[in-house]
Formats: sequence, structure tokens, C-alpha cells
Amino acid sequence: MTSVLEAQGLGKRYGKRWALRECTIDIPAGHVVGLVGPNGAGKTTLLKLACGQVAPTTGGITVLGGRPAGGRGQLAKVGFVAQDTPVYAGLSIAEHLRLGARLNPGWDAAMARERIERLGLDPAQRGSRLSGGQRAQLALTLGLAKRPELLVLDEPVASLDPLARREFLQGLMEATVEHGLSVVLSSHLVSDLERICDFLIVLAGSRVRVAGEVDRLLATHHRLTGPRRDPGRLPAGQHVVSARHTDRQSTFVVRTEGPIHDPAWMVSRLGMEDLVLAYMDERPAQGPRVALEVRR
Amino acid sequence: MIWLTWRQFRGSAAMVAAALAALAAVLAVTGPGLASGYAGGLAECTPDDTCARFFDRFFDAYHTPFMAVGLVVLVLPALIGLFWGAPLITRELEAGTHLLVWSQTVTRRRWLATKLALTGAAATTATGLCALVVTWWSDPLDKSAPAGYALMDPLVFGARGVAPLGYAAFAFVLGVTVGMLVRRTLPAMALTLAVFAAVQLAMPLLVRPHLMPPVTATFELGDANVQSFGVQRDGGERPQVLLDSAVPGHMGSWVLSSHLLDPSGRVIAGAGESATIAVSTTSGPCSPQQVGPQGMAACMAEINRLGYRQLATYQPLARFWPFQWIETGLYALLTLGLTVLSFWWLRRRVS
Repeated sequence: MTSVLEAQGLGKRYGKRWALRECTIDIPAGHVVGLVGPNGAGKTTLLKLACGQVAPTTGGITVLGGRPAGGRGQLAKVGFVAQDTPVYAGLSIAEHLRLGARLNPGWDAAMARERIERLGLDPAQRGSRLSGGQRAQLALTLGLAKRPELLVLDEPVASLDPLARREFLQGLMEATVEHGLSVVLSSHLVSDLERICDFLIVLAGSRVRVAGEVDRLLATHHRLTGPRRDPGRLPAGQHVVSARHTDRQSTFVVRTEGPIHDPAWMVSRLGMEDLVLAYMDERPAQGPRVALEVRR
Repeated sequence: MIWLTWRQFRGSAAMVAAALAALAAVLAVTGPGLASGYAGGLAECTPDDTCARFFDRFFDAYHTPFMAVGLVVLVLPALIGLFWGAPLITRELEAGTHLLVWSQTVTRRRWLATKLALTGAAATTATGLCALVVTWWSDPLDKSAPAGYALMDPLVFGARGVAPLGYAAFAFVLGVTVGMLVRRTLPAMALTLAVFAAVQLAMPLLVRPHLMPPVTATFELGDANVQSFGVQRDGGERPQVLLDSAVPGHMGSWVLSSHLLDPSGRVIAGAGESATIAVSTTSGPCSPQQVGPQGMAACMAEINRLGYRQLATYQPLARFWPFQWIETGLYALLTLGLTVLSFWWLRRRVS
């Protein structure tokens, strides 16, 4: 299977601060990829790098086999819905669609019109008078009607209420299935991603903590609870992601390919949120403690 | 991209077009009357050689509108830089809409090129038309303007001919570039205004006098270059001479310096200073007995005979068009440089 996004040692520095560093990932095509991490973890930077909105400081990134924003051909293949879903305040919805038609050779006018109609939006309404949810839907429509192979969305539902959030994600899912496109979307809320993602990237402290298919990640991660024990005494194949100790008890989240035989442990499966939290908790080389906003 | 640029720009374009149309209408209505008044007056004054007085009268009557229309042409490029140039990119950066448009199938370079070309063309066209109308309207006044208001003088030079095109293009691209560097509209506008004003002051003060080597020459004193000439009736004091910023025989020149030389060639008075002339006031043409309304000329002739001269450096009126083209070229170069900088900055830093 081909890759939609390949990065090797990718890094981006703003002034003295590294927004993203040593990012090496390979995302195969055909997935809905969730990029999760606390605010300021580098999600927006990674997505902007993928769309060529910013240039990397170090390393390289290839999107759909080409350099991001490396020409009209590349631009046509990648759709991008930026954070806070900006639209032109002075332009009406109809004019936004016209903008899309004028600026994209592969524009699907019928689909755009039909989507706006289905959403019950008034084409004469100006961008400045749209609610957050309507604005997000308009931005998504622009991104979809361009008919990209990869659609990148940066915190598309961050400012939406739960109902608008659900509607938006549902619309996105339907379009993904219908047009067979790959999607990368970021969120600091695991619950948003849980429903729709089949590939997960956890980003914290400007580094990638884990990346992989959700099913596989859930199958290889376990929570072990048992009598207090030093993490160093776990079997070699079990990589400790996070560890918590009380006086008598230890709780580990481990990644392992093999089964766990030790009868002293109570083994339980992890949900996506537990998994993400475990990786956020991981503190290699005194990285700053990151907090994850959890929402049910 | 052209459609989008036009769609974003059409509001302010319509506003400026309406204002310019109003100005043009007013000037078109009053222009012919002005021209015929000048032609009539000139025909009347030529036979009895009183045209100098006619010019003064005619110019004084229209002094205020003359200054006002000139000011419009001088200020328009600054306004264009402030309100078309600076917000062109910052507005998008502030609203985040640059991310929307950059994720369409249009390269950033083409996006900027279209915005710059279309809005820049409108900016230069508007200013060009404005300058054209004003140049046409002011023609009779320019021909009758006294020293200080002639075509070559800084305030008037910048409001005539083709130079305003250069100013407008420069101000616009300056606004765009500053906007890209500063990224916020209000600071960008303030900085654009400051830089543009500085350049517009530096040009006539520091650069324009040297576009071509100025002419230096000495002139006899006379009505054309002496502003005041005083002889006291009681003969107690020697006559005082204050030079004007004008040179005889070269009407409309831009006088850069004007000094009074004594017979030995020493400078005895600079611009705006009056000097005492060492001429006998007890006898001869400058004595109180001789000096009357008609005798002033004889006294002046005596002073010239003694060897007092005006030493002036000036740019003659004939250089008006060469200067206009050179200056427009300079601003075009500045505009080009800033354009290159803006594209480079867009590629490297804006995101």
C-alpha cells in the first residue's frame, strides 16, 4: 500500500522553540488518521508541514509522493481545513463555492451545491454571519468539493458544540466513505477521534510518541495491575509506556507483541483514551508534563 | 484568482473611483473657465507689458484650489499605500483566510502576483488619472505661478506629470511588503505611512537636486531676483538688499541656493538674509536726493556697476520632464526591489 504521508527526522523550529522535532512517521493510504495531543504539542505544525504551509527546518516530508505545496498538481491532491475554519467574512456561501470553482480544476460543483443544500445553509449568507458550525461545514465543503486524495483538518471541531461536532464528523465520515479519500485530522479530544479514526498518532512535547493502526495499537497494549514491582524486572519483550505505584501495588501500561503469562498480573485491555493518556504520561528525559483535556 | 482578487477589492475600488470621478467632474467644469480667463488676461496684458501683475492677480485668485488639488495628488499615493497596500496581506493573515486560499489549487506565488498586479495596476491608474486631470486643470496656473509655486518646486513637481505614478506604485508595494513583515494591519499602516513620508521628504531634499548637476551662475541684481531693496530717505543708512529665490531670465527654475556676492566675490548674504551694500549714500544714484520712485533703478544699476552679483545654483524649468522620468524610474526601481523582497519573504517566512 502506498503512503499518504512519509516523514523522516522532520523538525520545525520557530525562533528558539522547536514546535516539532525528530518526527518520523509513515501513514499508509486509505485511513482516517487521528492526530492527538495536548495544545501546543505540534499538531498544527505537523499538519501545516504536510500541506506545505510552512517549510521544515530539518528532515523531509513527502505527501502522496510529492513535496507539499510543490506545485499545482500537488496542491490539487491535498485539501486543508485550517484551525478555526477560516472563511472570508465579506463573501457569501455562494461566492465561496465560486471561489472554489475558480481556483480548483477538479472542482465538484454539484457535490458542493448539494452539500450546502443538505445542510440547510442559505447560499446568500455572508461568511461573517455564519455560526461556528456552519463555518466549519462550509470549510469542509470547500475541502471536499476540491476532490482531494488527502484531506487534512486541523482541529475542525474544536469550537463546535457537541451536536455540531457530531454532525460535522458524521458528514466527514460519509464523504470519506463515498469518495475513498484519506483523512488526517487533529484534535486534543480523544472522544472526537475515537468514533472515526482507524489510525492514531500521539504527539506530545513536540515529539511523536506513538503512531499506528488503532486496532493494532489496542491489541498490543495492556494494563498490568499487581503487587508492587520494579519496571526493570518485567520481561524483555514488554516495553513500559507508563508506570504508577502505590505502597503495595504497581500499575503498568506495556506494549508487547507476545502474550502475558505472569499470573501475578491482572491484565486488562486499554481503550483509546487510556492508551493516549498513557503515552501523554510517558516522560522520557525530563520532558515537560503534558496535560490532556479529556471529554466524554 | 483574478475573480477573487477583484471580489475582495471591488468595494474600496468603487469608493476611490467615485471620489476621483467627483474630483474630475469638478475640475472638468471649472477647467475651461480657468483656461479662458488666463488666455483673455494674457491677451490684454501683452500689449502694455503688465503681464507680471496679471500673473500675480490671476494666481492669487486661485491660490487655494491650486494648493488643494496639488495636495490631493500628493496624498493619494500615501492613502493607497495605507488602505490598499498594507491590509492586502495582513487582512488575510489576521483572519486566517490565507490558509483557506492557499489550500486551493493555486500556488502562493500566483496568489501574491495576482493580488499585486491587479491592485497595483488599479493604484497606479487611479493616481495617474488624478495627476493627469490635475496637471491639465492647473496648466494656466502653473504658467502664471510665482517663485515657490512653479512646476519645478517640490510641492508642485510631485503633483504633476508622471512622477505620481511612481509614488503610487511604490507606496502600494511598500504597504504590502510592510504588511507581510509586520503581519498586523494597524502597525503596518502606521509604519507604511512613516516610511513613505520619510522617502517623500528625502527625495526633494536629498536626491532630486542631484538628479542632474545643477547650473551655477552669477546674475546681475534686478527686479526678478531682489525681493526687497531699501534705501532710507534721510541717507543715514546704507541700502539693504534681500535676495529672492529666483533667477532672472529663467522663469520657473528651481533655485537651490541664492547668495549675494560683493565685488570681491565674497558671499555676504545667504538665503533669506539681507545684506548691506557698501555704496555711497551721500552722493550719486543712491543718495536720498536721487532715489525716488524712478531712481531705484538707477541705484540698482550703480550697485551692479560696483560688482555686486547674485550667485545661484538652480535646476532650470527645461529639466522638468527629464526629472519626471528619472524620478519615476527611481520609484519604479524601488517598487521592483520591494516586489522581489515580498515574493522572497512569502516563500521564506510567511505561513
